[in-house]
Amino acid sequence: MQDLISIFFKSVFVENMIFAYFLGMCSYLAVSKTVKTAVGLGIAVTFVLTITLPVNYLLENYVLKEGALVWLDASFAELDLSFLSFIMFIAIIAAMVQLVEMVVEKFAPALYSALGIFLPLIAVNCAILGGSLFMQERAFTSIGQATVFGVGSGIGWLLAIVAIAAIRERLKYSHVPAPLRGLGITFIITGLMGIAFMSFMGIKL
Amino acid sequence: MSTEVKNQEKEALFSKKNRRLFVDPFNENNPITVQVLGICSALAITVKLKPALVMGLSVMVVTAAANVITSLMRNLIPNRIRIIVQLVVVAALVILVDQVLKAFVYDISKQLSVFVGLIITNCIIMGRIEAFSLGNTPWKSFLDGVGNGAAYGMILIIVAFFRELLGSGTLFDYPVLEALGVYELGYKNNGMMLLPPMALIVVALIIWVQRSKTPSLIEKE
Repeated sequence: MQDLISIFFKSVFVENMIFAYFLGMCSYLAVSKTVKTAVGLGIAVTFVLTITLPVNYLLENYVLKEGALVWLDASFAELDLSFLSFIMFIAIIAAMVQLVEMVVEKFAPALYSALGIFLPLIAVNCAILGGSLFMQERAFTSIGQATVFGVGSGIGWLLAIVAIAAIRERLKYSHVPAPLRGLGITFIITGLMGIAFMSFMGIKL
Repeated sequence: MSTEVKNQEKEALFSKKNRRLFVDPFNENNPITVQVLGICSALAITVKLKPALVMGLSVMVVTAAANVITSLMRNLIPNRIRIIVQLVVVAALVILVDQVLKAFVYDISKQLSVFVGLIITNCIIMGRIEAFSLGNTPWKSFLDGVGNGAAYGMILIIVAFFRELLGSGTLFDYPVLEALGVYELGYKNNGMMLLPPMALIVVALIIWVQRSKTPSLIEKE
């Protein structure tokens, strides 16, 4: 239990997807003009991360890893399919996003129309594939850990995009040097927020 | 820069319009500072020049090849499932790049870790496929891909140059500042440059310089 809690807080604050790894920056910059859309996209990303990470964890441990196919036949003990992991992960993510889209459309039409175009675009959000690849690299020992890591990373991403959207709404009223207006100042602010988030690094969990 | 030399040799293939496809991304249509694509996997690997160079080359190869392949298939892909088809093409190319890196430059491929895989979701590649190669001939798409990939690599190398020089005092692991004797004057490395947030601030400064020089890029209020 304790390891789950520490993974959660680590993925939200210490190893924040945006401030520590710059994952999902494209949509982070494009969709952070207002808080409302930022919240919508943040929730959708959290949702998809929570679903794809456990599925990819199972895939990694029962199909792709060296010797993972032993449950099928003992002769597969030498087989290592991990070079296929990129293509498998991205296929799972694209399929899951499609599935989530259909489920949400059927059972929660209000949420569906609120998320709009963002849902299908999540398939190409680096944070989602990044989550799966970090899961593979860090070799989590149980599906629970992988799921908690997914939830935590998603919430960290949500936190970051909502914070920057709130700042950008305020920024409209300030005098930014003309060449920095828009994109430039957003980069600088993200950098400063990243430095602020680094203060969490000293915390050992 | 060998591509530019080739430009002069075979003029027929490189009409003025085609050359623009290649040159534009370097300034007016730069993928990072103007189109805002592909920042995701870029900035975490610019602490040193070597991984940045390898990453830039890998992205260039994948962008060019993916552009050509999707351009060849552009009339065959049903519109509804095009994203999945594109992802499969790109993922297959990235697997090739990953295996090549693992075979020939193993230590750099370890440093790049997950970021090689993240080339798949690099917005430059998907963005160029969606915006360009699905509606243009393979040759034009190739030029567009090489141009955008190279311009992306250029920004990576500029960022990595400053971060490595100011952060560790080296260039390609060669101790430049020590050789110049700057340390004896009391200079110290700025450890701050090695932290990830500084990459963003360096990019912001590049944007600032670029937009001051090309005022047409300044965003309206």
